[in-house]
Amino acid sequence: MSDQHLHHPIDLAPGDEEEVRVGPRLLGYCTGFGLAILLTATSFFIAGTNLVWQPSIPVALVVLAIAQMGVHLVFFVHITTDPDNTNNILALAFGLLIVFLVIAGSLWIMSNLDQNMPMPPLNQLMQMQR
Amino acid sequence: MTDAALARGHGDPYHLHGGRPHEGPASKRIVTGYGFWIFLLSDIVIFSCFFAAHAVLLRRTAGGPSGAELFDLRSVAAETGLLLLSSFTCGLAMIAADVRSLRWYQIGMAVTCLLGLGFLALEFREFSDLVGRGAGPTRSAFLSSFFTLVGCHGLHVSAGILWLLTMMAQVFAKGFRADIMRRLLCFALFWHVLDIIWVAIFSVVYLLGSAA
Repeated sequence: MSDQHLHHPIDLAPGDEEEVRVGPRLLGYCTGFGLAILLTATSFFIAGTNLVWQPSIPVALVVLAIAQMGVHLVFFVHITTDPDNTNNILALAFGLLIVFLVIAGSLWIMSNLDQNMPMPPLNQLMQMQR
Repeated sequence: MTDAALARGHGDPYHLHGGRPHEGPASKRIVTGYGFWIFLLSDIVIFSCFFAAHAVLLRRTAGGPSGAELFDLRSVAAETGLLLLSSFTCGLAMIAADVRSLRWYQIGMAVTCLLGLGFLALEFREFSDLVGRGAGPTRSAFLSSFFTLVGCHGLHVSAGILWLLTMMAQVFAKGFRADIMRRLLCFALFWHVLDIIWVAIFSVVYLLGSAA
């Protein structure tokens, strides 16, 4: 890439960094890698341990997963809060809104159906077909 | 008011760009990267549908085995490590491409490719092991959704490896041209987003699935 693209003052392509020096960029990737390893190891440790209060484990796993996705976004995909990243952030926010609607909506509707319209036992279904 | 200030006021009436003059349309690199970013977000939405289906069908095992009886977490941890390391080496290869170091770029991409192939080998072994134990995708709704979700990610990784090899060949044949660098930007985004989706898969499908 030519350097004028990297120094574009208004916008930055997703994945591009403002930093162009090699040293700080290497350090950024190493930091991200270290944090990601730490969070992954914690997730696997918590899932298999008896040391923590058991009902807290699912919440802890979800929180750790979201934290690790954040680490990946910041250190590997280079999504930041700088003004030159506004467009990328807005697209990401819209995507996350759709993801939330799809997952939460499916779970909500399907659990509602599950409670209010229970499936009759299989042999009863067979009789209804006759 | 000078003509320049007037022109600026017309082009940017709310001073969104901090009162700086307009610089014309965005560069091709930004347009390409942004378009690919939109594609990746829509890909994430597709994955969220598979995640929703898996969450709904989690307990529908039809009397068959549940996740806690099936999953081998050590293999999953190895897969996670391989994919995370490949994301890291992919980033290093991009730095090498930015400083026009052909040798380090090709080394970084080759290591990324090997790590990705190792991930796929582990996943293939896990799938064939599950099918061999009679827990294939036809066994229950839970296993259908599991194979669809994890298999879809595996297909993405396979496509990513084909793309990776193409990019190695293109840089070898054509050098670090501006259009090749745009393709590299898109490839790196794709590879990092695959790793982000894997984080969701190993947390929700494997770890929560074994805990529940």
